[in-house]
Amino acid sequence: MTLLDHVPSEAQLRRSAYRRRQTVYSVLVAASSTAALGTLLVIAVTGAPGWDRVRRSFLDPEIARDALPTVLSGLWLNVRLLVCCAVGALLLGLVIAVLRTLRGPVFFPVRALAAGYTYTFRGLPLIIVLYLLTLGVPGLRLQGMPPVLVLGGIALVLTYGGYLAEVFRAGIESVHSSQLAAARSLGLTYRQTMRHVVLPQAVRRVAPPLLNDVVALQKDVGLVSLAGPIDAVRAAQIATAQTFNYTPYVVAGVLFVLLAIPLIAVTDWVTLRAAHRQSGG
Amino acid sequence: MALLRCRGLRKEFGGHAVLDHLDLTVAEHQVVALIGASGSGKSTLLRCVNLLEELDDGTIELDGEDISDPRVDPDRVRRRIGMVFQAYNLFPHLSVLDNITLAPRHVHRRGRAAAEVQARELLDRVGLGAKADAYPDRLSGGQQQRVAIVRALANSPRLMLLDEVTSALDPELVGEVLTMIRDLKADGMTMVLATHEMGFAREVADEVCFLDAGRVIESGPPEQVLGEPTQPRTRQFLRRIIEAGRL
Ligand SMILES: Nc1ncnc2c1ncn2[C@@H]1O[C@H](COP(=O)(O)OP(=O)(O)OP(=O)(O)O)[C@@H](O)[C@H]1O
Ligand SMILES: [Mg+2]
Repeated sequence: MTLLDHVPSEAQLRRSAYRRRQTVYSVLVAASSTAALGTLLVIAVTGAPGWDRVRRSFLDPEIARDALPTVLSGLWLNVRLLVCCAVGALLLGLVIAVLRTLRGPVFFPVRALAAGYTYTFRGLPLIIVLYLLTLGVPGLRLQGMPPVLVLGGIALVLTYGGYLAEVFRAGIESVHSSQLAAARSLGLTYRQTMRHVVLPQAVRRVAPPLLNDVVALQKDVGLVSLAGPIDAVRAAQIATAQTFNYTPYVVAGVLFVLLAIPLIAVTDWVTLRAAHRQSGG
Repeated sequence: MALLRCRGLRKEFGGHAVLDHLDLTVAEHQVVALIGASGSGKSTLLRCVNLLEELDDGTIELDGEDISDPRVDPDRVRRRIGMVFQAYNLFPHLSVLDNITLAPRHVHRRGRAAAEVQARELLDRVGLGAKADAYPDRLSGGQQQRVAIVRALANSPRLMLLDEVTSALDPELVGEVLTMIRDLKADGMTMVLATHEMGFAREVADEVCFLDAGRVIESGPPEQVLGEPTQPRTRQFLRRIIEAGRL
């Protein structure tokens, strides 16, 4: 390997040493400015006249410990719903977006239905869809009605499927027509062109906004508690009502953020990678 | 026998005729160069032959079959024609090997292993064997265009359509692509190529067609069309090319 044999020149050694010193210096500056700002914040908050009262009603460690199990079991519901609804909404969105690209008169009704769906569910507030499905549909008293939780999940999938379909569609349209011409000139059918050429590029390009919508979905899955099932926020609300102390909400909030961190980190990573690729790297 | 026969082709864009009663016949193993000013309809003609554009009139026969008949399945026709574009149009999300094996695997239903063996053979022949697993954005323009030609060849086409395949390349990269086309001619491939490289057209083409406003107004052996053109429009075009130092 020539790379290992290479002996750096005098100038390169000086440059490397300078860069190392610069790195150490930047780390020191960052650490001291963070420490200074942190100290200021702590002094400002704990020094406030109402601090003691706020601490007792929002940050009571004993109440936090008592509320943790019920809030956690509520959170487990959020996690399960999130996973199922995210998968469902991504699939639905992808299918709707592809249906909307179909050309030819045979597909007119399919296209019209798909377009009507995205218009309706992007316009309709999630809460109304939830009430319609979890309260309205069981009112029909049909045989074999799925449980309220499943109906709530369907409401979430329908609403988010509408948003995600538009994101997918933007991705599909961003693939240049010369890519289609190249694929068709090789004899690939429309379906093969979609499957092997257009969709892989489209999905890669819109992965960051798709994941962003999944992060938003994570906060909205809790709304199924309006129909009865107990999620983390509802569990915290119940605990608060029993103790007249808001600490359980803080517990739920912290858990939500902890849950979101990996998802947001993945989103950032995917966004960075996409940006890197676009710049030709 | 004629491999490709176009009769009275017409193509309009927004009420403007881009191809106008165009006739073109290409015999098997023949290389035909299309020359003409920008906008004269060279790319449009090639796209029509590959059924990427719908004709407004005329017929196209490939191997005696009328492929302009709307009942003909265009996908089946395109499998017999290889097309290479000015801007390469490689698939950026696929490696070189996957770009080349995509059609053999999914159109011709050849197994992955067999398709890859064939692709590597083709790549080796043009000196790109080491790039099989690279992605297109890691290749130079000349390398990308050679991969695009290999990709079209992997379908074992009867006819190759090459649309200004060297126009997007730096001058020092043009040579490697032209060498590849020369080798194709030596192998007996039938080709129609739109080009601005007059020297190359003279060397490689059996026939040169000069297009003007959507018609072939002069055609014949290269020495004749490029050397002693009879039409004033051809002379004018060639004079401009010579002034630009491209002949
Ligand atoms: N899809 C399209 N829609 C509208 N007009 C088009 C379209 N494609 C081509 N044209 C027009 O048709 C004419 C011929 O274009 P074409 O690309 O065939 O020319 P060309 O001979 O290949 O030129 P060049 O040497 O610049 O590549 C041009 O005037 C162009 O603007
Ligand atoms: Mg052109």
